Amino acid sequence: MSVPELTVESNIRNLEAVPRSLPSLHRAPLEMRALKSGFLSVLTWIAALLASVPLFSVIYELVVAGGSRLSWETLTALPPSAFDLGGGFGNAIVGTLVMVGIATLISVPIGILAAVYLAILDPDSKLAHTVRFLAKVLTGFPSILAGVFVYAVMVVTMKTYSALAGGVALAVLMLPTVVLAAEQAMAMVPKKMKDAAFGMGCTRTQVILKVVLPTGASGILTGVMLAIAGAAGNSAPLLFTALFSDYYLRSLTEPTASLAILIFNFSGMPYENQIQLAWAASLVLVLIVLVFNILARIIGRQKY
Amino acid sequence: MNANPEMMAAGTAPARNGIVMDCQLEKVFYGDFLAVRDSKVPIEKNKITGFIGPSGCGKSTVLRSLNRMNDLIPIFRFQGKVSYHGQDIYDKKVDPVVVRRYIGMVFQQPNPFAMSIYDNVAFGLRLNGFKGNLDERVEKALQGAACWNEVKDKLKNSGLSLSGGQQQRLCIARAIATEPDVLLMDEPCSALDPIATRRVEELMIELKDKYTIALVTHNMQQAMRVADTTAFFGVDISQGSRTGYLVEMGPTKKIFEEPEQELTRQYVRGEFS
Repeated sequence: MSVPELTVESNIRNLEAVPRSLPSLHRAPLEMRALKSGFLSVLTWIAALLASVPLFSVIYELVVAGGSRLSWETLTALPPSAFDLGGGFGNAIVGTLVMVGIATLISVPIGILAAVYLAILDPDSKLAHTVRFLAKVLTGFPSILAGVFVYAVMVVTMKTYSALAGGVALAVLMLPTVVLAAEQAMAMVPKKMKDAAFGMGCTRTQVILKVVLPTGASGILTGVMLAIAGAAGNSAPLLFTALFSDYYLRSLTEPTASLAILIFNFSGMPYENQIQLAWAASLVLVLIVLVFNILARIIGRQKY
Repeated sequence: MNANPEMMAAGTAPARNGIVMDCQLEKVFYGDFLAVRDSKVPIEKNKITGFIGPSGCGKSTVLRSLNRMNDLIPIFRFQGKVSYHGQDIYDKKVDPVVVRRYIGMVFQQPNPFAMSIYDNVAFGLRLNGFKGNLDERVEKALQGAACWNEVKDKLKNSGLSLSGGQQQRLCIARAIATEPDVLLMDEPCSALDPIATRRVEELMIELKDKYTIALVTHNMQQAMRVADTTAFFGVDISQGSRTGYLVEMGPTKKIFEEPEQELTRQYVRGEFS
């Protein structure tokens, strides 16, 4: 006891609030709060598992039911007619890729430019607030309404269902997702980085092109991929715009097949062959989305 | 050159160099708020001019007026003149973007771009369409900023992967790569630890052979260590709001040892901050 003021007794004497007897510092696993904490931890754990059950069961089901029909023939052949055996959905794969491509070409440039306005040029203007609000509303927009809208604007005036109309309908759905994600990504670029660029003598355009867009690129790409994944699997907007076709695409101004519509059509048919193809097409659709996501992650990896 | 006669009278400085920038600030407003008034701050060539003063005295505002960084704040308004080699940088014909290419800036927070170390330093050169040997200039700038040895083997790594002190020296390298005339440093060490601070201070003293430096610091010891000339700013609260103004300016030794103003004396003694 060379340093008496540090002993337990003297501390207790000095501090009125400290209990007279030294408390036990051992764990008490059966105490009420320990039990509560354990129970709640297990609960969150179960909830997390439950949340992943739908995804895994869908993928499992797709692989089991659709995997067996996957072959070169299903990937390239045209859809069979009612009592035919065999056949595939090559035209639907091409149609989906083309229409998603058109939608991406329309929505990504507009979306990113709009996001530049929202995030950098005039974030607090009335226009910006309005656009942001509308974009948020539009993300929850029933997708079938996009189809009806484009039907009225394009299908009726062009007097034909077309891949073009389908692409525009998907673009309408992708646009808000792209705008909001790109705005978020650009707004996250630290102000000090923009200051540095201005301090180097960049014009506003140069700050956006050389610093803000490259720094936010990975976030923007993630948003674009999310939008593409959503668009690729959407059937409702294509019902009124691209319709379907039993043949390969020859021109952008004729009815066009898509995986989503093929799945919708075939899964309701009373023929075993068509139902199997619907399963296989679902699997292919999921794989396409998956491949796009993986590619985006590789390309858009935050480099610095 | 626009030597300021008042300062000549007050100074006991040895041979004065030319005045690179002559700031004759009359009034600076943010909206209706008068932030700084009546501050004549000549910046001498190849010297370090330190700006000290309590918080809210407008020292950073004055510094940022010297390369028109404040123009990025829409409500900022500058009355007065800042002549740079005889040209008023607030003249209507002057493009602030061009001003900033000649008058570089180092910020309070290290702010490298999310790019490689090399690209960070090459940024300004590429921006200006530099056509010569880029590698050589990048190396020279990094050596000038005393960080070549630490980064020469990882020029492709992210600038953000460096430590805070290294990031700040990288930012200095980036600023000097284009060989600007004047370097404005806005509390460049306030986010750094004491060792990194010491390195940046040594660097500033080396840099003044080639550049003219204006340094804002909240740290009086730092001003004593590195500044040749010191400007002390105070806050005037007599009009009901807080307006900064230049109290006195002179050789650092004189400001700290025998200032002319009582306010300066109190401040350098640490009686208020």
